[in-house]
Amino acid sequence: MKGNRRTRTFIIICVTVFLIALITIAGSVMDPESYAPKFADKNLGPSVSHFFGTDWMGRDMFCRTVKGLSVSIYIGLLASIFSSVIGLFLGTFAGMIGGKAMALFNWMVDLFMGIPHLILLILISILLGKGARGVAIGVILTHWCSLGRIVQAEILSLKESHFVHASYRFGHSVRWVAIHHIIPNVFPQFVVGLVLMFPHAIMHEASITFLGFGLPAEQPAVGIILSESMQYLTTGMWWLAVFPGVCLLFIVVLFEALGKNLRLLLDPVNAQM
Amino acid sequence: MYKKIIASILKAILLLITVSIVTFAMVEVSPIDAVESYVGEAGVTNDQRERIEEYWGLNEPPVTRYFKWITNFLRGDMGTSMIYRKPVTQVIGERFRLSLALMTASWIISGVMGLLLGIVMAVYRDTFADKVIRTYCLALESSPAFWVGMLLLLLFSVKFRLLPMGLASPVGVPFDEATLAQRIHHMILPALTLGLTGVSKITLQTAEKMRQALDSDYALFATSRGEGKWTFVIRHGLRNIMLPFITLQFGAISELFGGSVLAETVFTYPGLGNATVQSALKGDIPLFLGIALFSSLFVFGGNLIANILYTVADPRIREGAVR
Repeated sequence: MKGNRRTRTFIIICVTVFLIALITIAGSVMDPESYAPKFADKNLGPSVSHFFGTDWMGRDMFCRTVKGLSVSIYIGLLASIFSSVIGLFLGTFAGMIGGKAMALFNWMVDLFMGIPHLILLILISILLGKGARGVAIGVILTHWCSLGRIVQAEILSLKESHFVHASYRFGHSVRWVAIHHIIPNVFPQFVVGLVLMFPHAIMHEASITFLGFGLPAEQPAVGIILSESMQYLTTGMWWLAVFPGVCLLFIVVLFEALGKNLRLLLDPVNAQM
Repeated sequence: MYKKIIASILKAILLLITVSIVTFAMVEVSPIDAVESYVGEAGVTNDQRERIEEYWGLNEPPVTRYFKWITNFLRGDMGTSMIYRKPVTQVIGERFRLSLALMTASWIISGVMGLLLGIVMAVYRDTFADKVIRTYCLALESSPAFWVGMLLLLLFSVKFRLLPMGLASPVGVPFDEATLAQRIHHMILPALTLGLTGVSKITLQTAEKMRQALDSDYALFATSRGEGKWTFVIRHGLRNIMLPFITLQFGAISELFGGSVLAETVFTYPGLGNATVQSALKGDIPLFLGIALFSSLFVFGGNLIANILYTVADPRIREGAVR
């Protein structure tokens, strides 16, 4: 690849964003007919007309997978955005006020980390009556902890910096300093944290759906596709499990590449550590 | 040192009490109906339902019921599981044995493999081996545990017919009568699934820390004294990466538990993870609450051991030089 490292990073970011957008849009505008059951061609292996083969109802697995991925991306994005905002808000609050607020924050993080994630997700999902809403809220409520900790630690060191001290001496309030000096400084880490949260969100979404607590069975989601394919593994229909999984892996890798390159661009100090 | 350990035990107890309150409250407001999941398909008339509720004390306020549950819990009575029709303590005990074997095996696999691969990555930096291991780690880190399990199942059980499809003992043989070899034979795939998915984090972190150690001044001094790379790793490197390794390896217990739920579902391995899913799907409240609290206890236990090991492994803390 030509160009210096900065150009390369920028190109990688553009390509990943383009691919993610392409899959999301393709899934959203897809005609439901294209993955509707056609019993005439059921149980077909991968071929030119059906890249990923068809299942026992003759549904085209390629179209179902793309549709499922776009659903997962939506839920993952929604969950990562809300969850990282919660992390940013709580981390900032705890870091700025310190003392009791910080103790409370640490206590909450310990509590959320103490219950195994999957149990907590199942619990929240049942509480909200399963479905997409249950999964999304479950992921939102369980994923803010690590980003919150990072934000809080960053703020504790920012608080000791000269420009923050100077700003206080000018008579600005804690809130003013937080909005004008602290948050702009943690913002790059926040954006990177948000993008890197996505792989966890989408994998937990798939896992919880796989276990039967997530999206409803009629929805073409990756977790549903994989849990259905479980019943057909023994009959040798390997394509049902392999291709959708590889696609999920591909999306996760895309988001990880995006996050790491964004960090190189936005947050060079921490990226080199 | 003892003060620190006692403080962390107290903190863990306080956290567990909070966990019990939170989980109880969440189940309380959830749409699960205890009576309905108890009687199942049969159905009850309103009159019968009222009598069941009265018999179970469901018409008492939630706070009273919480205190009843938690005092019984502390006495070792976690209630009766509705789907297995056995005391919850017994169900958890039987199943935890299986899960513990599974988790220990995979915990050792991921720990040993992670340490070895990480050291290889650091020692042979920027070589072909480094890149292969890195790609392998990134791929595993990005794939859900249950999918890795399905691939292993496809490969070893369906294609090559080497290993069993699932369960903890051969079909028709109760677990208690199965031989040790049979049990291990059935544990290989789930343990491998869990171990392989847990390996990438440990590997990458070990490689990172070992690289830092190899770049240090004391490494330069060791090289100038004539120590080879591997001698350095064994004499100085390992000691310096031990602390972060302990933290990560014991901190992974929470994820290990989550992973075991997935692996046990894929391989229909009758452990605690399987019971978790069944109890949650079928609304078995006593069992689910019991498992939730028990798993938290397990995770806190792991963190506690990490803290204690920390004080033992770090000479600075052991000698009381700092803090």
